[in-house]
This record gives sequence, C-alpha cells and structure tokens, in this order.
Amino acid sequence: MIARLTEGLTPRALALLGLLLAAALAAPLFAGDYLLTVLILIFYFAYTGQAWNIMMGFAGQLSLGHALYVGLGAYAAASLFVHFGIAPWLGLIVAAPLAALAGAFIGYLAFRFRVGGVYFAILTIAVCEFARVGFDHLGWTNGSSGLFLPVKQFSGNDLWHLRGQPVMFYYLLLTATIAALVGCRLLLTSRIGYFWLAIREDEEAARAVGIDTFRYKMLAVVISAAMTSFAGVIYAFYYNNLFPEQVFHISRSVEIILAPIVGGVGTLFGPIVGAFILTGLAETLTSALNAVGVDIPGAKQVFYGVCLLSVIVVLPDGVWPWLSQRLGLKGRGS
Amino acid sequence: MAGLVPAIHVFPAKSHEGVEARHKAGHDAGARSPRIHRDSFVPIDVYLNVAIGGVLTGLVYGLMALGLSVIFGVVRVVNFAHGEMMTMAMYAVITVFAALHLDPLVLLVPVALAMFAFGYLVQASIINPFITRPEHSQFLLLVAMATIIVNVLLIVFGPDAQNVQVSYAFDSYQIGKIIVDATKLYAGIAAIVVAGGLFAFFQYTSLGTAIRACADNYTGALVVGLDVKHLYALTFGLGTACVGAAGTILLLIFDVTPSAGPAYTLLAFVIVITGGLGSMPGALVGGVLIGLTEAMAGLLFTPSAKSMFSFAILVLVLLLRPQGIMGRRAA
Repeated sequence: MIARLTEGLTPRALALLGLLLAAALAAPLFAGDYLLTVLILIFYFAYTGQAWNIMMGFAGQLSLGHALYVGLGAYAAASLFVHFGIAPWLGLIVAAPLAALAGAFIGYLAFRFRVGGVYFAILTIAVCEFARVGFDHLGWTNGSSGLFLPVKQFSGNDLWHLRGQPVMFYYLLLTATIAALVGCRLLLTSRIGYFWLAIREDEEAARAVGIDTFRYKMLAVVISAAMTSFAGVIYAFYYNNLFPEQVFHISRSVEIILAPIVGGVGTLFGPIVGAFILTGLAETLTSALNAVGVDIPGAKQVFYGVCLLSVIVVLPDGVWPWLSQRLGLKGRGS
Repeated sequence: MAGLVPAIHVFPAKSHEGVEARHKAGHDAGARSPRIHRDSFVPIDVYLNVAIGGVLTGLVYGLMALGLSVIFGVVRVVNFAHGEMMTMAMYAVITVFAALHLDPLVLLVPVALAMFAFGYLVQASIINPFITRPEHSQFLLLVAMATIIVNVLLIVFGPDAQNVQVSYAFDSYQIGKIIVDATKLYAGIAAIVVAGGLFAFFQYTSLGTAIRACADNYTGALVVGLDVKHLYALTFGLGTACVGAAGTILLLIFDVTPSAGPAYTLLAFVIVITGGLGSMPGALVGGVLIGLTEAMAGLLFTPSAKSMFSFAILVLVLLLRPQGIMGRRAA
C-alpha cells in the first residue's frame, strides 16, 4: 500500500511533501488565534474540495449542491447530540449513510436516464434547495430559528464529544485532509479509479468496454456524499449553531467547488492548493480593506469575483498543474 | 451569491409603498394565504383568482426562462448569472422610473435593447473563448460574474427591497366573481407579446434561421460560411434582452433586492428543465406550470414553503419524463 502511495513520486516531491506536513503539524505552535481560524477554514475547504473532486474530478459528474451533504451531516449529528446526547462520532454512523442516501437518490434520478451534464448539475442544486426549505419548516431541528448546540465554559479538549479549542479542530481537519488525500490517491490508482477516469474521458467508450457506468457513477456520488457529511459534522460542532438558510445556502456549495476548480480539477493537490489560495485571498482582501478603512458591504465580494474571473481566464486548468511544472514535480502522476 | 430569500415574491415588511396593493384579493397569494387558510370556508372563486394570478405571473417566469433556454439551446452555455442579469435590468428600470416616471411597460423596449447590447458584449468578449472549455470552467466564469453583479448592485442600491409605483397598481378587472389585477393582466399580456416576437424572429427571419442552423449543426454552420461567434453573441444578447424584458414586466408585480438574483436563476433552471431544455414553447409551459404551482401552494400551505413544490414538480418530471414536458430528447 505504501508502495502504491509513493509510486511515481520524485525524491524532490517526497521531500517537499514531508516539509509541508511538518509545517502543517507545527503550525499551531506559531500561529496566533486568528491565523489558526484561517487555517481551520483552509483545511475545511481542502477536505470538502477533495470529496467533491471524487465526483467531478475523477468520475466527471458536476455537483453544484454539495452543501446538501454538509448540511445533512451537520444536522443529523447535531440534532442527535442535542436531543439524545449521542456523541458526534456515533452520530456520524447516521449522518454518513443519510448523506450517501441523498446522493444515491440524486444519482438514481439523473443517471437512470443517462441525463448527465447540465441536468445532473441543476438537479443537485434543486435537491439542496429543497432541503433548505424543508429544514426551514422541520420542527424537530427547530426550523428556521436555528439549532444551537449547548456551549459550556470548558478549557480542555474532549475529542469524543468534539467539545474543545480551535487547536483540536485544526488537527482534526488536518487529519481528515491527509486521510482524504491518501484515500483519493489509493482510489485513483485502484480498479475503481481507472473506471472513473474512463467514464470521465468518454462514457460511451467506457460502456462499450464493459464498465457498468451507472454503478460506478453511483459509487462516486455515494463516496463523495459520505465523505462530505463528515465535514458537516465538524462544521456543526465547530460553529455550534446551524441555520438552514446558511448551511444549505447555494453559496456554501459554490465555496466548496471553488477550491478544487481554482487549484485544478481532477488533481490530488488541486483542492488543497486552491483552498490556500482562495481563503488566503479572501482574508487578505478583508484585512486590506479594513486597513484602508473601506467598509462597504459587498466590496470584498466584488474583488473576490474579479480575482476569480482572472484566475479562470488566465489558468483554465487550475493553478496546480502550472505550479507543479514550475516546481519541477512533473511526472508525479497526480 | 448571498442571501437567497425563500419567498422571493413576498417582502411585505420591507416595503412601505404599495402595501395596500398587495392586500387585495389574489394580488399576492403568498402574503394573504395565512388568513385565507384559517377561514373554515374558502369560496371557490378565491382558488380561481389565485390560479389566474399564478398563471399570469407564470407567463412572465416563462419569458425569463425563455432567455435561458435560447442561450443554452444555441450557445450550449448554461447562464448561471441569468437571475442576476434580470435584477440588473430591474434596477435599471427603477432608476429611470425614479428620474422620469415612465411606465415600466414603456421602458420595456429600451431596457431590452440595453440588455441586448450588454449580453452581446459579454458573449463576444468573455464567454466566446470559453465555449470549447469544460462545463465546470464555464460555470465558474458565470458564477464569478453573478457574484460581481449581485455585489455591485448591493453597493450601488443598498440591501432594501425597491419597487415601482404605477398609477394602475390598485386597479383590477372583474368578470363575474373573478377579479384579475390590472398589473398581472398587463404583465401576462406583455410577456406573451415579447415571447411571440421572439418565436416569429426565429421562425420567419433569415437571421433567426441562421441562429437555428448554428444550434442544429455547429460544423455545418461553419462550412456554409456563417459567422458563428457573431451569431452566438447575438443569441446571448437575445437571451439577456428576454430576461431584461421579463425583469421589467416583473417589476409590475414584485419588488426587487440585490440578493433576489440567485433565486431567480434557480427558478429559471427549474422552469426550463420542467418544460424541456432547449424547447422554446416548453419554457413558457414550464413557467405557467411553476407559477400556478407556487400560487396554489402559497394558498394551501405556507407561502415560504412554496418553492418546495416547484422542486417537487422538477423531481416528478425528471422521474416520469426526463426530457421535460415539451422536450424532444434528453440533452
């Protein structure tokens, strides 16, 4: 397994990876509170981006409603915790299959008739919106007035109940991101991964050589949805409050998608690089605007939009393919 | 794309002008429904009034979706900034109305022309290079544009709902027991006229035929010497002109906020898929169906849940007839 992970990596790439890992592990020692929250956000987007990338980057199915899986995971774990005191890790046993089921439902509707592409993408948005309005009216999760997790003054870290300091969430998300990276690398070099790539490149041809495209596309959706729901669980216990209007909002889905697209769709490091660039950009913009004393609501988003527009026009394949070439890491198979 | 409002039609608390107009029977089914719902006896003509209002509003929805359908059918690009472009046109109307007090229906032609120019420029300068790129790349491009539009509108016009006060806002026509609001009636008629004009253009002019040729066979169109990039830009312009006209008409019925854009984009998607992606009559039929569904759901259930019913219709259509009601084949 280790051999499969490192196969095709140049020594230079391995050294860089080790360096990055060490930096990420040591970061909380040097980073202040603010920087730590930014890093938490970065790894949150890196992880969810990696999960989204399985669907779009590997199997070629464009999902624009990943907030659905985040929201289902968050709501399932949080409401079980609030109502029955069930720990989030046990809640995950409910949350992940729930999200997978939702993904399977969307996949079944769309793939059954081979209505791919645009239909699938819009169906994902529509189901996410359906969930948003639905949770707005669901009394058990307190509807549109929001679900709040009990917060106590607590200085320790309780990993089992996910109650603790930002440092705990940082290491949790870092672990999740690394696990996702390793998992994706293993998936991509496995039989399933090759089937996915075949489907992404030419679905007709894939079917012609005997790949059960329906089954493998469903598998991609289900894995991606279950993975994303874990990010939702962390989201719920990190922020301690959930509003359908925020969690299922279409801009949450867009945020998840941005990092892998800017970083490079279908690459293993794209989501991570993209998350660093985008979150860094957003935070820099905020502090720059604050420094100048500009406080116009929406100004940040306009700059953000312009930057995004520039990236997508100048580097259509994303930043990572370009960056890896610059760093001399070409031929690493990612 | 911030602040998607669940009930995009109803801003009773935010707007002080024209509140009375919204309290007439059937003027806004959503705002009134809780009271109607509590009545033990609901006369049949209330249903009929709400249904007619829903159909007339749905025609305007259909016109909005028609723009999306035309763009997708020819350029094969999904305009994820569609609703945002509509709010742009709506704010243009509000600005001109505030300065000159011209009726929105008079402004329909100039606003549609301005939106045509805008759409032509956007396609010619930004989107044309993206035509051969993958879908997610186009998606990101248009989402970036949508973000910019929403937030520029927010900076310029502020977050509050704005509307247009016309002299006939309180008028209505009564036929027997049925009461139809003048604004909704004019809106429905205007939507039909604009849509009819577009149908005629595609069917009977040589330019329209050329555009249809591009849609049917890209390579063939290139071979016979059509300037495809120019025709694509024209088509995108027509699509934005359509949505500009729809926005102008819709101002007769609804208020506008900068954050309403994404909700309208989604509504247009739902309508177009329900009716059949790429089918022009399908967009109108889908619009009427969704308008009617939302109005009836607002009356029978809670208004804030009415968009759930349009999504349910979408799922039903995809289950039973995936190519859409009027669609010929799955894309």
